Amino acid sequence: MGSGGVARERGGARRRMADAVLFEFLHTEMVAELWAPDPDPGSGGKKKSLSVLEGLGFRVGQALGERLPRETLAVREELDALKFLCKDLWAATFQKHMDGLRTNHQGTYVLQDNNFPLLITMGSGSQYLEEAPKFLAFTCGLLCGALHTLGFQSLVTASVTSLPACKFQVVIQKS
Amino acid sequence: MVHTSLDVVDEKISAMGKALVDQRELYLGLLYPTEDYKVYGYVTNSKVKFVMVVDSSNTALRDNEIRSMFRKLHNSYTDVMCNPFYNPGDRIQSRAFENMVTSMMIQVC
Repeated sequence: MGSGGVARERGGARRRMADAVLFEFLHTEMVAELWAPDPDPGSGGKKKSLSVLEGLGFRVGQALGERLPRETLAVREELDALKFLCKDLWAATFQKHMDGLRTNHQGTYVLQDNNFPLLITMGSGSQYLEEAPKFLAFTCGLLCGALHTLGFQSLVTASVTSLPACKFQVVIQKS
Repeated sequence: MVHTSLDVVDEKISAMGKALVDQRELYLGLLYPTEDYKVYGYVTNSKVKFVMVVDSSNTALRDNEIRSMFRKLHNSYTDVMCNPFYNPGDRIQSRAFENMVTSMMIQVC
């Protein structure tokens, strides 16, 4: 994903599109691979797969949180960090901005994406609603990891009511 | 001495937060001069602090050279962070990083 950002700086639009598709395929395979071979049908196995996906996203988010803010001191308070997630991080990873950001001004934020790229190929409406959460786990980790690098502990959960729109809820932990 | 300079870095960072000046600099500049050494500071967006200690007898180093050294350090550090085999918080063992730092130090001496 870091190389995707560099490609954009060089002005290679065609190269940028190839990066996005490669990431989508890789992500699909990751989910399939981590989900499938579980002989234990209990919810314990599912939770472990979800947390493995989140862990992957977390590490990538940490690296992106280091590489993306350029030169200037981008984040001076919580809201700046959330804006960074919605604009810079989302643009670098999904080539679009977040569609909506709401907050209760007490550490809880809801990030809304009406057309989430990793869900678009799955369908629209309520079909495949039960399958959607495992495709959001990596991205939850991504948000959490980027926030961690910027200095904020957080808890990120995702919810879907109608594909391909989804919401990410970010709760900043006060230490 | 590096530990006292870290206190100065923290002072500068908190001063930046309180002042409503739009301080967008990552480079903190000369922290404080002592008789033998000059200490320079730089802080990243992820609150990682770089401290550079330079012998005072080396008067040839200009401000923008220090800035470019910090920029190289920051870029190499970012590369280390992106290495999937590196766990954040560990001691950095990347040979590429060490080579970059060594070549920078040789350039200066």
